[in-house]
Amino acid sequence: MSISLITPQFEVLRDEKKCIQCKVCVKQCANEVHRYDEEDNVVLADDAKCVNCHRCVVLCPTKALKIRNNSLEFRDNANWNGKAINEIFIQAETGGILLSSMGNPKPFPIYWDKMLLNASQVTNPSIDPLREPMETKVMIGRKPKKLEFDKKGKLITEIPPQIELNMPIMFSAMSYGSISKNAHEALARAAEKLGIVYNTGEGGLHKDFYKYGKNTIVQVASGRFGVHLNYLEAGVAIEIKMGQGAKPGIGGHLPGIKVGEDVSATRMIPVGADAISPAPHHDIYSIEDLSQLIFSLKEATNYKKPVLVKIAAVNNVAAIASGIARAGADAIIIDGFRGGTGAAPTRVRDNVGIPIELALAAVDQRLRDEGIRNEVSIVCAGSVRNSSDIVKAIALGADAVYIGSAALIAIGCHMCHSCSTGKCNWGIATQEAELVKRLNPDLAYQKLVNLLSAWNHEIKEMLGGMGINAIDSLRGNRLMLRGVGLNQKELDILGIKHAGE
Amino acid sequence: MLKKEGEIRIPSGCAISGIIDKKRNRFNGSDIIKSIALMHDRSNGLGGGFAGYGIYPQYKDFFALHIFYDNETIKHKTEDFLNAHFEIESAGNIPTRKVSSIANKPLIWRYFVQPRIYKVKDLCMDEKEFTARCVIRINREFDGAYVFSSGKNMGAFKGVGYPEDIGDFFMLENYEGYIWTAHGRFPTNTPGWWGGAHPFTMLDWSIVHNGEISSYDANRRFVEMYGYNCALQTDTEVITYLLDLLVRKHNLPIEKALQILVAPFWNEIEKENPEKAKELKALRTVYASALINGPFSILVGYEDGLIALNDRIKLRSMVMAEKGNKTFFASEESAIRVICPEPENIYHPAGGEPIVVKLEAKI
Repeated sequence: MSISLITPQFEVLRDEKKCIQCKVCVKQCANEVHRYDEEDNVVLADDAKCVNCHRCVVLCPTKALKIRNNSLEFRDNANWNGKAINEIFIQAETGGILLSSMGNPKPFPIYWDKMLLNASQVTNPSIDPLREPMETKVMIGRKPKKLEFDKKGKLITEIPPQIELNMPIMFSAMSYGSISKNAHEALARAAEKLGIVYNTGEGGLHKDFYKYGKNTIVQVASGRFGVHLNYLEAGVAIEIKMGQGAKPGIGGHLPGIKVGEDVSATRMIPVGADAISPAPHHDIYSIEDLSQLIFSLKEATNYKKPVLVKIAAVNNVAAIASGIARAGADAIIIDGFRGGTGAAPTRVRDNVGIPIELALAAVDQRLRDEGIRNEVSIVCAGSVRNSSDIVKAIALGADAVYIGSAALIAIGCHMCHSCSTGKCNWGIATQEAELVKRLNPDLAYQKLVNLLSAWNHEIKEMLGGMGINAIDSLRGNRLMLRGVGLNQKELDILGIKHAGE
Repeated sequence: MLKKEGEIRIPSGCAISGIIDKKRNRFNGSDIIKSIALMHDRSNGLGGGFAGYGIYPQYKDFFALHIFYDNETIKHKTEDFLNAHFEIESAGNIPTRKVSSIANKPLIWRYFVQPRIYKVKDLCMDEKEFTARCVIRINREFDGAYVFSSGKNMGAFKGVGYPEDIGDFFMLENYEGYIWTAHGRFPTNTPGWWGGAHPFTMLDWSIVHNGEISSYDANRRFVEMYGYNCALQTDTEVITYLLDLLVRKHNLPIEKALQILVAPFWNEIEKENPEKAKELKALRTVYASALINGPFSILVGYEDGLIALNDRIKLRSMVMAEKGNKTFFASEESAIRVICPEPENIYHPAGGEPIVVKLEAKI
């Protein structure tokens, strides 16, 4: 066998003056980077195994550790840079497709950062959320075209089921299997505490978590893992996953190594079996088939649950969303190309799909042009990083947002992009019992509650600044946005003016 | 170059005043002029206007179209359109008198019309919808023509100037009505276009408004889904369309429509009995995008009466009072006292508390 051409991505720097050979790093690193040499009483590192997750850095009691990008440089070449060369080395050695985790990291434009928000001055007073009521509650679900009252003024229109959210934020689909049971528990409990919902993802619902049903969306994906009647009835809504922003056009993949007893029981698959979701749903080859699945799920649950449909943001997203609205979905989730994933082919993750901001604006406008926007909710997903991203998303036209990566970061994820290895040192994207127990659900849940409470305060501050005291009045209110450094085409698609106009 | 109203959104502050006689006793426009004149300092001379109801009893079954024309050419072109779509019962200048402070007046015409029945039937509409669409079409497509009033037995009178001068100019002492509203405008930036003054009207709706709604674009994009075109980019325009949509097109009782525009807070809804809470929740859920936000006080005239409405946290002043059959509303109490020295039941409506004064049924 020939020698490997692959060089380490990172360098582990250890300050020998600070290191006390306590071996915490050795115990903490599931990737087995650190090794204690008894003979020389020294801790050594194998740089090649490091994923730069910072577990050892954070836990080192004397702060003796640093991780750097490997300073080894190839000869300067804007085209054949180190990443391009290394990827070829890897594929030449393995013959496999490149795998990556989390969202698209490439330097495509981030439109959130090219939009700015308005505030009231003089002609219109800003409102102080500490002293005045400020509402961030939203209702996700299908709305009738209009309300009707009888002659005595009594309401006769029945309102379809809605998801009530105390703030316009939900935890997006992350399956049990891709993330740990403790991570799921933290999400479920935080959702309950905050009056919002989390999403099971496509891996079924663990038996211990049925009690969080009022704060749960159950997902039905192409693999139909863990789907049965009790499951469908367990949550407040059902989500059909047609696509995912991180990997449009392909299905999920959970490696068998992550399928232990519990995951096996929840997914209803054998222990150790790869859980590979088909790229399409094999009963949905067209829009009319989707409509049938939507109504099958509604029939199965007596029309008591909204049925949401999630799609990846792709070229023709506006027309597809319009079809989904007409197919009977109660809400449409649009997932942008920066959305996270436990595992995706690198080429797909980095090159397929379009930015969520443009997709969201296009979908909202299209549904308005067709006069049906008010009948269906739109949820924006795929890298919402903070409260101002949320405010901008709602001003562009979203009813609410999904957050996934941000929630995981809150409970310790360091974005090392290595979820697919199953060796998450933070106990999040792993099923190894020793690693899972590192994530304390009592503490993790509190961090999620803290994060979203803080965001909700920030949203209220920004709303008040705009002279608005209910989030309803921000939805689709694009006059509150101005673009900076955008060309006319981008401004037209976003439906906003340039700063100064 | 300064852009005309409609090409740009112009925020403005204002004064408003309104009087209604519940028993439909008619009175001339002198009092409303006096009331709005007292609040002179709340306007800046760049817009004033009035709406009167019950002013055209002899033509009460005809739509009264009040139109501004920039020149004779567009007038002829518009009249061809009117002739094609309406039977014109009567047409003529709206009488005005020379007032030194009023300049650059457009041609101001008035037509009492009935839609041509075969056209209405052809399009499967009722006559109100037909008339509304014709008005919107003229305002959108006939550059230099602007229909600023189109209801029955009512009319708007407005222009660029202080409101008391506009009232004098239109000789409102010669009209008698049972509802009057008035508006003095303080725009932050306007080239002074007559069509941009208030009230804004649509069929029988007339709205005068003090404030700047921060929900404007959310409201605009909502009503535009239902065939409206917010050509003027003004708050009054979008509020009028919201009311027209909810009451005329969606057949909601006026009280329900108002509970949509200034919806109760969620925590207030929770305190209601279950049936009422369910209804209020449904209104907020379905019509969330019709909630009006930001500071405003509005007076809405319509065929059945007069409505006063404040934003949910009362960011603009509005006071009401009664005397005999009359109810008065104004931005300032002094504007009521100047025409009614001993008013009774003086009341400051709370934020989000709609006041509806209905006319008694016609005998």
